[in-house]
Amino acid sequence: MAGIYRILIAFLMALTPLALGSVAASAATTARPVAAPATPAAPAATPVATSADAAAPAADAAAAAPAFEYARPVPGIGQPVVGGLDFQPQVTENGRFAHFLNNAILLPLSVVICLLVLGLLLFVVVRFRAGANPVPSKTSHNTLIEVIWTGIPILILVGVAVPSIDLLARQYAPPPANALTVKVTGYQWYWGYAYPDNGIDEYVSNMLDEQTAAARGEPYHLAADNRMVVPAGRTVKLIVTAADVIHSFAVPALWTKMDAVPGRLNEVTFRADRPGVYYGQCSELCGVNHGYMPIAVEVVTPERFAQWVASKGGHMVAPAPAAAAPAATPAAAPAATPAAAPTTPPSAGATPAAAAPAQ
Amino acid sequence: MTTIAADADHAHHDDHADHKPGFFVRWFMSTNHKDIGTLYLIFAICAGIVGSALSGLMRLELAQEGIQYLPQWAAMMGGEATDTAGKHFWNVMITAHGLIMVFFMVMPAIIGGFGNWFVPIMIGAPDMAFPRMNNISFWLTFVAFFMLFGSMFVTGGSGLGAGTGWTVYAPLSTSGSTGPAVDMAIFSLHLAGAASILGAINFITTIFNMRAPGMTLHKMPLFVWSVLVTAFLLLLSLPVLAAAITMLLTDRNFGTAFYDAAGGGDPVLYQHLFWFFGHPEVYIMILPGFGIVSQIVSTFSKKPVFGYLGMAYAMVAIGVVGFIVWAHHMFTVGMRVDLKMYFTAATMVIAVPTGIKIFSWLATMWGGSLSFKTPMLWALGFIFMFTVGGVTGVVLANGGVDQNLHDTYYVVAHFHYVLSLGAVFALFAGFYYWIPKMSGRMYSEWMGQLHFWTFFIGVNIVFFPQHFLGQQGMPRRYPDYAHAYEYWHHISSLGYLVVLVGLFFFFANVFYTLFAGKKVGANPWGEGATTLEWTLSSPPPYHQFNELPRIA
Ligand SMILES: [Cu+2]
Repeated sequence: MAGIYRILIAFLMALTPLALGSVAASAATTARPVAAPATPAAPAATPVATSADAAAPAADAAAAAPAFEYARPVPGIGQPVVGGLDFQPQVTENGRFAHFLNNAILLPLSVVICLLVLGLLLFVVVRFRAGANPVPSKTSHNTLIEVIWTGIPILILVGVAVPSIDLLARQYAPPPANALTVKVTGYQWYWGYAYPDNGIDEYVSNMLDEQTAAARGEPYHLAADNRMVVPAGRTVKLIVTAADVIHSFAVPALWTKMDAVPGRLNEVTFRADRPGVYYGQCSELCGVNHGYMPIAVEVVTPERFAQWVASKGGHMVAPAPAAAAPAATPAAAPAATPAAAPTTPPSAGATPAAAAPAQ
Repeated sequence: MTTIAADADHAHHDDHADHKPGFFVRWFMSTNHKDIGTLYLIFAICAGIVGSALSGLMRLELAQEGIQYLPQWAAMMGGEATDTAGKHFWNVMITAHGLIMVFFMVMPAIIGGFGNWFVPIMIGAPDMAFPRMNNISFWLTFVAFFMLFGSMFVTGGSGLGAGTGWTVYAPLSTSGSTGPAVDMAIFSLHLAGAASILGAINFITTIFNMRAPGMTLHKMPLFVWSVLVTAFLLLLSLPVLAAAITMLLTDRNFGTAFYDAAGGGDPVLYQHLFWFFGHPEVYIMILPGFGIVSQIVSTFSKKPVFGYLGMAYAMVAIGVVGFIVWAHHMFTVGMRVDLKMYFTAATMVIAVPTGIKIFSWLATMWGGSLSFKTPMLWALGFIFMFTVGGVTGVVLANGGVDQNLHDTYYVVAHFHYVLSLGAVFALFAGFYYWIPKMSGRMYSEWMGQLHFWTFFIGVNIVFFPQHFLGQQGMPRRYPDYAHAYEYWHHISSLGYLVVLVGLFFFFANVFYTLFAGKKVGANPWGEGATTLEWTLSSPPPYHQFNELPRIA
């Protein structure tokens, strides 16, 4: 059947120069122009803060702004594809670096090592089979070769460790002053999102049922009624916690995963550089409906973000004053959502170590 | 490595001491390491059938999107036929599959079974140091299994059974699961852990004190080395598990708050304690496999193991480093980034001694005179498949990459490559290698070879596509999934059918061997088989080495 054929292809792909090929492929997917509205999201690094500034008064002016409408997801972006092999296309710089680390360094290395072992195995099987080599040698050690096959792997691993330590340093670099704080709380079995910077109280996000998801053109099991909406080009700082058992906030296309642990405020950051809908799922076993509490993150232009904030009854803040007291933010986070306060133990604020992984 | 000067008529002397007790006393009050080993093997095979049946049910449910069977199965187990009970039953299945395969299949088979059978013989000892404690170890394991099995029939919160995952993370396992099921599962772990600690003490004492004259530590077969290192890992890691799950019990029943943030505790503390045990546990399952593969590769290459000392101390190194890498299972709990960097680097270090082992096996075969009997096929399969599982381990060791792959099917694929295609391959290798010795009868070569090839192809179809699922973002422990994941899940489930065919050949071969296999002499494998068990008759006398062999 066709499935077997695809398996063969997949094996071949995995065992042959997929290595380099897939780097090219991933480059191709990242380069693919996204059909999402307003693709060229804020020219990545620079003027984002200012554009958010500019958007703020605009939003204030349009206080009675029309209701915000969610964007439709684009197939193949922010969600898995049928028969997909590689990681989902990455929309953060750190995600692309991690993807590169895997596809250009770790995967080729893995393939080469497996092929080396397989090649040697097949060679000795053919060359030293009893029929071809009836009298075994008596060799039982060779110091030189033992030093070589201890030393070379050490060198290779040191080589791998450099970019992988670099990746960790990038992922946990302290967020910039204009970072947007979103408080994420895992519940059995839904997510709550609050925006303390913008005065948006916690709202909950539940999985869409099959019919509604289909009607909205969204994948069932991944679609949620209320999304987390964040602006493109601006660092988002998630303060992740849970109210009952441990959950885990995970969005593959953002290369982001952070456990939501009751009594802890875990911090993780990402900066998506283009608008789109990116789905994820709870990634720590949390009980009966563990498989039914999806995460939908919509990344929007700063202008649409202002619209969304207005539609939620929040307000845009100039990033500067909020950043003036960065120490105050984690403390403010639980306080800003009184709904979560009874479930978050009073000691929560006393575990800032967990919330400061970047030190 | 060693030359053995044991004379062949030892076996005859021993026959005189063959006073076998009656059936009940022999099998229920046994103090004989070979009988206890046999009990462990039978027990492991039965538990393995339960564990594999569970994985078959899981693959059946996952073959298509949607919930197909879970509510009916929950009802068949005595629960309600509701959606919730069905999903709870899913969590019970993943929990039971993990616990059974780890504690009641792999460990009893590889340590309790082969360890008991062959460690005393390989060092020229008449029995284990503490024969009665050996018996207690087995029966504790037996009771532990039924404690776990019984937990599936009492309430665990939203349905029958413990649905916490084999890791039993708090607070899901404390405030998150009411009812006695989780208590029973925890108590089952206590019993199994106590059994393993007693077993470990027994092995360490036996190996240090009961070696035959001339059998120095550096002449011991590598299988004995592997069990020695494993026993130390058990002895040092299991008490930590016992403490961790005891605190779970008191949190659950006596109002303590070790893992409850509201009472000043910390759920992440449990994870640290669990994985301080859990990571060495991984090596507990694989190290004896390394030992078995070393014996087999040497035997069927007709050559001594290449780099014997390097091989022995690579295992010691793996055991030592295995204790300082645990938090790579917890990269996403929210730990400091410098801690992640440390655990990333430390984890990668393990690749070095593992590489030494792989290359030494290849070098053992290099220049040898290889024959490809069934045990050798499994050993070769082990070497290649363990390499595949090893390289994905290096990928996952990267804390930054794990931020995407953690708790996805990529991890499921990785640990099944080292366990289902690593430890289990070693178990089958050991089984075919030693079944002529244990039973006195030869297995069927063609059935053994068919078993190998079907099983090899089957498990690869099951688990290789799971790498793709993981990279695409499919989380673990889900009873249902988005449509896009169905493609690879379906193929993975088809692979299970191939595995089933392989298992059929295995069981057919077991029955053929026991009832119709050709009788074999002391050494069916020829000049390559140099360890002491091949100097004894097949099966060995009830009490061997009444007169200790001298090792030159
Ligand atoms: Cu959850």
